[in-house]
Amino acid sequence: MSEIKPTLKQRFDRWMIRHGRVLVIGLPYLWLFLFFLVPFLIVLKISFATAEYAQPPYSALFQWVDEGVNVAINFGNYLFLLSDSLYITAYLNSIRIAAISTVITLLIGYPMAYGIARAKGSTRNLLLMLVILPFWTSFLIRVYAWIGILDREGLINAALMGMHIISEPLIMRQTEFAVYIGIVYTYLPFMILPLYSTLEKMDGSLLEAALDLGCKPWKAFLKITLPLSMPGVLAGSLLVFIPAVGEFVIPELLGGPNTLMIGRTLWNEFFSNRDWPIASSVAIAMLIFLVVPIMYFQHIQGKTEEAGK
Amino acid sequence: MSGKRSIFLTSALCFGFAFLYVPILLVIIYSFNEGKLVTVWAGFSTKWYVELFQDDGMIDAAWNSLRIGVMSATLALAIGTPAGLVMSRFGRFKTRTMFSGMIAAPLVMPDVITGLSLLLLFVTMEQLIGWPEGRGMTTIVIAHTTFCAAYVAVVIQSRLAGMDSSIEEAAMDLGAKPTKIFFLITLPMILPALMAGWLLSFTLSLDDLVISSFVAGPGSTTLPMKVFSSVRLGVSPEINALATLIIVAISILIIIASILVMRSERQRSRQIQDDPGIVG
Amino acid sequence: MSQGANQQEARECVQSSQPWNDPDAVPFIRFEKVTKKFGDFYAVDDVSLDIYRHELFALLGGSGCGKTTLLRMLAGFEELTDGKIFIDGVDMAGVPPYERPTNMMFQSYALFPHMSVETNVAFGLHQDGYSKSEIKDRVADMLALVQMSKFAKRKPHQLSGGQRQRVALARSLVKQPKVLLLDEPLGALDKKLREQTQFELVNIQEKLGTTFVMVTHDQEEAMTMASRIAVMNEGVIKQKGTPFELYEYPNSRFTANFLGQVNLIEGTLVDDDEKYAIIRSDDIGGDIYIDHAVQGHEGTTLWVALRPERLRLCTEKPEDSAHNCFGGKVEEIGYLGGLSTYHVRLDSGLRIKVSEPNTHRHNEPRYTWEDRVWVTWETGSASVLNQ
Ligand SMILES: Nc1ncnc2c1ncn2[C@@H]1O[C@H](COP(=O)(O)OP(=O)(O)OP(=O)(O)O)[C@@H](O)[C@H]1O
Ligand SMILES: [Mg+2]
Repeated sequence: MSEIKPTLKQRFDRWMIRHGRVLVIGLPYLWLFLFFLVPFLIVLKISFATAEYAQPPYSALFQWVDEGVNVAINFGNYLFLLSDSLYITAYLNSIRIAAISTVITLLIGYPMAYGIARAKGSTRNLLLMLVILPFWTSFLIRVYAWIGILDREGLINAALMGMHIISEPLIMRQTEFAVYIGIVYTYLPFMILPLYSTLEKMDGSLLEAALDLGCKPWKAFLKITLPLSMPGVLAGSLLVFIPAVGEFVIPELLGGPNTLMIGRTLWNEFFSNRDWPIASSVAIAMLIFLVVPIMYFQHIQGKTEEAGK
Repeated sequence: MSGKRSIFLTSALCFGFAFLYVPILLVIIYSFNEGKLVTVWAGFSTKWYVELFQDDGMIDAAWNSLRIGVMSATLALAIGTPAGLVMSRFGRFKTRTMFSGMIAAPLVMPDVITGLSLLLLFVTMEQLIGWPEGRGMTTIVIAHTTFCAAYVAVVIQSRLAGMDSSIEEAAMDLGAKPTKIFFLITLPMILPALMAGWLLSFTLSLDDLVISSFVAGPGSTTLPMKVFSSVRLGVSPEINALATLIIVAISILIIIASILVMRSERQRSRQIQDDPGIVG
Repeated sequence: MSQGANQQEARECVQSSQPWNDPDAVPFIRFEKVTKKFGDFYAVDDVSLDIYRHELFALLGGSGCGKTTLLRMLAGFEELTDGKIFIDGVDMAGVPPYERPTNMMFQSYALFPHMSVETNVAFGLHQDGYSKSEIKDRVADMLALVQMSKFAKRKPHQLSGGQRQRVALARSLVKQPKVLLLDEPLGALDKKLREQTQFELVNIQEKLGTTFVMVTHDQEEAMTMASRIAVMNEGVIKQKGTPFELYEYPNSRFTANFLGQVNLIEGTLVDDDEKYAIIRSDDIGGDIYIDHAVQGHEGTTLWVALRPERLRLCTEKPEDSAHNCFGGKVEEIGYLGGLSTYHVRLDSGLRIKVSEPNTHRHNEPRYTWEDRVWVTWETGSASVLNQ
């Protein structure tokens, strides 16, 4: 290799060797930094502004005045959130609804994941595909499907009244019950998949060893299978719980006018009241609550990634 | 497996799958209903499909969505692939925790927060540097790319994690430089994951309502936005028809993809079995 | 490489068949105080090592002792925390793996799954920009050498473990590296195939004259194949030398134990005159006579290492042997076919292992449980260890 006259290609190679690593890290880093992290800072900033009839509809936080920067931080939005019971109710409602739906999803999803993991080769693949398939079809359409079923003039009421079991239609849509159904229905695959992957990885001989040592099947499940599948339970629960807290479409389409959830409140503040600062402070309040579960989720992701190596 | 347990698991599976599929089946069935009411079966008809194809607003929105989907999925691949590579092959670097956080968080972040924050970013950017001018396709594509890239990164990362990294080291040992290794060795091996990542991004983008609503502008109405505004008013047979089309199209795509994967795997195992020369 | 040059090299090889004993010989690979830390953990700790041209050098040690790390530093996959590595006189600091004159055969073989056997082997040559026809010829020659010509079009997943191992070998040899690095090359093979392949590898190495550096945790494999062995433990080289030197003259209890079987008896040096060194051991209940010089002064604690096959058993106390004769009872017998091993409980309570070849076909073992026997050995058979 002659060092005297590097060709263009050699120069490019050398440059790539020196800077390639930085380049590969840099592109996604920059993108995510700019379009994921920076926006939160802006939301934070605007949550301290006041709403104005302007374009954009909020006051500037920093103003250049003669003697320097004039900082106008306004805690009013947060005080307003605290003072109006509407927001607190929406906040607590969201957490309650998300938590209950997560538990229901877990109760339905666990036996399904377990059944799939226990199934033999080709059946297992088929069942797995059946779980994944709805996940690929439109979320909106899956929520929509329940409108036709739960409605006052919907299929359930029509069927029950047709069989003369009830005389008055049941009110099912526009209730919290419908919201539970919607969340469980749309998020079920998110619960099953991580559960399945921990259950599938589990060594079958562990259970056999427990049975061999005189443990009853039910007890063996409680003492061996369940603790070992805990990472899957946690990952699945967080994958359901966190987005469910901020869910908008499901309460909007299936819930009633008084099914208050925080995501819906944010949407209304933004689109109906056009109060961007209040919407921002609602978002920040939601984030503060979600930061712990999100970080915990990230922690689990990291751990499974390491275990995979 | 004890009998009692298997009965319990089988019925759980049956119930679960019924729960997942009955609503979808009902939508499909009622898309062929002659009448306008959901509850009354008024005979077979395809008139709602005809009506759907004459709805210009719907067709425009569908076009918008498809274009946004293709662009976002492609961009997400360009950004998510290096991200996945960094996560699984680059070892430790200074701000790795922040990096992995920015990849994991979009997976669970509620849509309303992502949508609002991106909109505020775009407004601020327009104030500061004059770009992007107003909101529309561009802003939607950027928004979709951001959350799809996180999904792509996770898909690529898990594929790479299952792959022996000494294969890449072997290529380096034999004289290939890092860039060349990526194109000759890594890329061909993660090709299925790339395809899966693209498809996933495409459907996620096609499916997104909330984020699009925040960052869309006039003239960039997407299909979910259009569907949402008409669904709010209640069930409509036209939407049933649209839903059926989407479900059928996606199902066919997924089934073809998985059959291809399964067949290539079966072929592989058959080749090994049929060949007497392999052992010894 | 022409025939003449080959012979020439072979002659030189014989002349300097023990370059490590020649003070003027220039080492081909040189580790100079090499240290590798992972966090606070020393995987390789201050290792200095010279390897000469045409050697088949083995790094031997238990799991996690740093063998692979040492090899990977030589290949350029790990950066040194401290120290230097020279290959053929060139400092390897900052030289990336793809520019080093080494090639590696990976423990997992690391064959490219999407390429055929042929393309796998040709990969390295393509990187160096050889002409198509030359690549074709060299790949064909290489596949013939490892007897894989028939399988040239197969993909790696269509091969058996042994065949994959051959392809990996061909792929790493085809570039004619100055040094071939092998990380547990035979680890994935069953015992029979492993023994057969050991000899093939040695033959190939002799034919090509390439310097091989091999990692293994199998002491028999190292002894069969290597010209020299370095025994490692916890990131440190405990001893290096020819298989003979290591087996007959271990310098520590660790090497003595690691290579083959050994009885270690603790004692104190009580006398060191011209004829014998005498080591008194409470464990064995008497004095051990050694006919060679022993390091240390009177009162030093020492260990006497006795290989089981150097001990003799007899039913009567031999009359001529005044030294090194201890009585005991046979406690356990292990019949291994060619050998039988006996565990003898000496009168002092010490258990000692003796092995005897089964040179004749007897109807029953020569000794049986609870037999009263005498264990003796010659004064030259034992090694004495200071650590
Ligand atoms: N990338 C790494 N990060 C941290 N520690 C490491 C790393 N690679 C190796 N080690 C540690 O260094 C030590 C030596 O590892 P090495 O792979 O060299 O062992 P080895 O002698 O090859 O063992 P084996 O026979 O099991 O292959 C081990 O304790 C291992 O845990
Ligand atoms: Mg190793």
